[in-house]
Amino acid sequence: MGVSEKLGNLGVVTTTVEQAVNWARTGAMWPLLFGLACCAIEYMSSQASSYDLSRFGMELNRATPRQADLLIVSGRLTRKMAPVVRQLYDQMAEPKWVISMGDCASCGGVYNNYAIVQGVDEIIPVDVYIAGCPPRPEQLLHGILTLHEKVKGERIADWA
Amino acid sequence: MAVAERYQSIEEQRRWEGSFDQLRGLVSERAITGETMLLNMGPHHPSTHGVLRLLLELDGEQIITCLPDIGFLHTGIEKSIEDKSYEKALPLTDRMDYLSPMSNNMVYASAVEKLLALDVPERAQIIRVICLELARCASHLVWLGTHAIDMGAMSVLLYAFRERERILGMFEMLSGQRMMSSYIRPGGVWRDVPADFLPTIKQFLADFPAKVDDYEALLTRNPIWKDRAQGVGVIEPDIALAHGMTGPALRGSGVNWDLRKAQPYSGYETYEFNVPLGEHGDVYDRYLIRIQEFRESMKILNQAVARLERVQGPYRSENRKYCPPLRSELGQSMEAVIHHFKLWTYGYDAPDDEIYCAIESPRGEIGCYIHGTGANKPRRVHFKTPSFMHISALPVVSKGYLLADMVAIIGSVDIVLGDCDR
Ligand code: SF4
Repeated sequence: MGVSEKLGNLGVVTTTVEQAVNWARTGAMWPLLFGLACCAIEYMSSQASSYDLSRFGMELNRATPRQADLLIVSGRLTRKMAPVVRQLYDQMAEPKWVISMGDCASCGGVYNNYAIVQGVDEIIPVDVYIAGCPPRPEQLLHGILTLHEKVKGERIADWA
Repeated sequence: MAVAERYQSIEEQRRWEGSFDQLRGLVSERAITGETMLLNMGPHHPSTHGVLRLLLELDGEQIITCLPDIGFLHTGIEKSIEDKSYEKALPLTDRMDYLSPMSNNMVYASAVEKLLALDVPERAQIIRVICLELARCASHLVWLGTHAIDMGAMSVLLYAFRERERILGMFEMLSGQRMMSSYIRPGGVWRDVPADFLPTIKQFLADFPAKVDDYEALLTRNPIWKDRAQGVGVIEPDIALAHGMTGPALRGSGVNWDLRKAQPYSGYETYEFNVPLGEHGDVYDRYLIRIQEFRESMKILNQAVARLERVQGPYRSENRKYCPPLRSELGQSMEAVIHHFKLWTYGYDAPDDEIYCAIESPRGEIGCYIHGTGANKPRRVHFKTPSFMHISALPVVSKGYLLADMVAIIGSVDIVLGDCDR
């Protein structure tokens, strides 16, 4: 965007549909209120006062997957929990994105054992991986902004 | 994935091949005839404090039966520890009760020390007490914020996390990590406190009591809060004891049992503090107790900080068979290099013996059982965790209350699923 500065206050903005839609999507991406383990506590910290995710239009956590755009898998995914996460993902409406937060969600982390799924990408597609155990809130913010960059580059042709 | 394919996968998951016969004996007969309703709460639910699943049988709004289903966060930590040397297993313990990793470090380190008969210098003990009490505050702050959100008071979380960030900042100062600090290690602590730690914690201690007053101003005499909390989730003392409940959940029922007083460790017997007790054993009393524990922790912290300034000396045991030498020694002493190499490759042997050691975590008694083998890895490590006990009491505690009270009860016994399932 950024055209408005050039046009002054004529009240007119010219842009493409693609850009307008992508801008809207990045500006109000509602995450699913969902936490698995330790990383979810850092996710809560990023929502709370000091880091304040609402600066990025994300203060509204939806507890139901039907109203959420973004699934932040925050924590280790056990074999018992895996079908639940898969179902949550399936229930989310398109367009939807997934951030895998933390080492456990990205690759199993320190737990290479019988109980932990070695990365959520074994069961759902992931857009952005965030390293760290747990990632600091700044890292999560960076991950979210990276996702925004990705969304801004999406093309109408690919939506169908 | 194509749309049709996706719908198919949902349909597949919807198909339930079980029958109500499986539930016979667990729920009442009325549920099987359809007179009462079965409701599934969790594992994805904002108020179950993690991935707890409850199967509730409801008569209208009233809870008849509550069946907890745990294990959604079972990580195999105990099993993983069996394959690691004693020192290298420590970071895994951080990740059990992730709201107070310091307590987990402490219980594991104390157990290893007990097994090895390892001494802990006085300065290390003081630093440990500071860490443990800060962890207690940090954990209670998360509890306060989430518990209040569950009951509909949204703003408390923002205040509570503001102070928690300061505590995490201090942990980062000590250990380089905000949450998973692995700071308390067998024989002492990882390193001495940095120079700017003392001014920071003093500033925090000066500010924090006023903040606790703020939380109280928001909640303690708030009529809505009282309505939701008073007389709800009453735990009789004998029920609490029968289910092995500990910590604020037990003390809320008026039972005076705090391991810091009953079986002092790390020099707790030399600090002056009170153990707050409740009278009614309801959600409100458990709330009041945790609020008072903030103040008691402040008392302990003030004494500990004053002591830390006085007591100098090593922050980790000088027994080089178990504790690595200082980095500065490595360039000068061959012996230090040998110890360093041995400790970070092989570790150390622990006797073929079994011990149990328990401390008071913010949630209650957390215990660690270690069975050594005589070699550098344990045969079995087991943690006795408070959340597991508290969840086991939920069916008894919640009976007869309304569905909306369930959320208050879960919040008030303060469970962490990582602690329960580990
Ligand atoms: S990455 Fe670390 S902090 Fe996050 S869930 Fe795994 S163990 Fe916990």
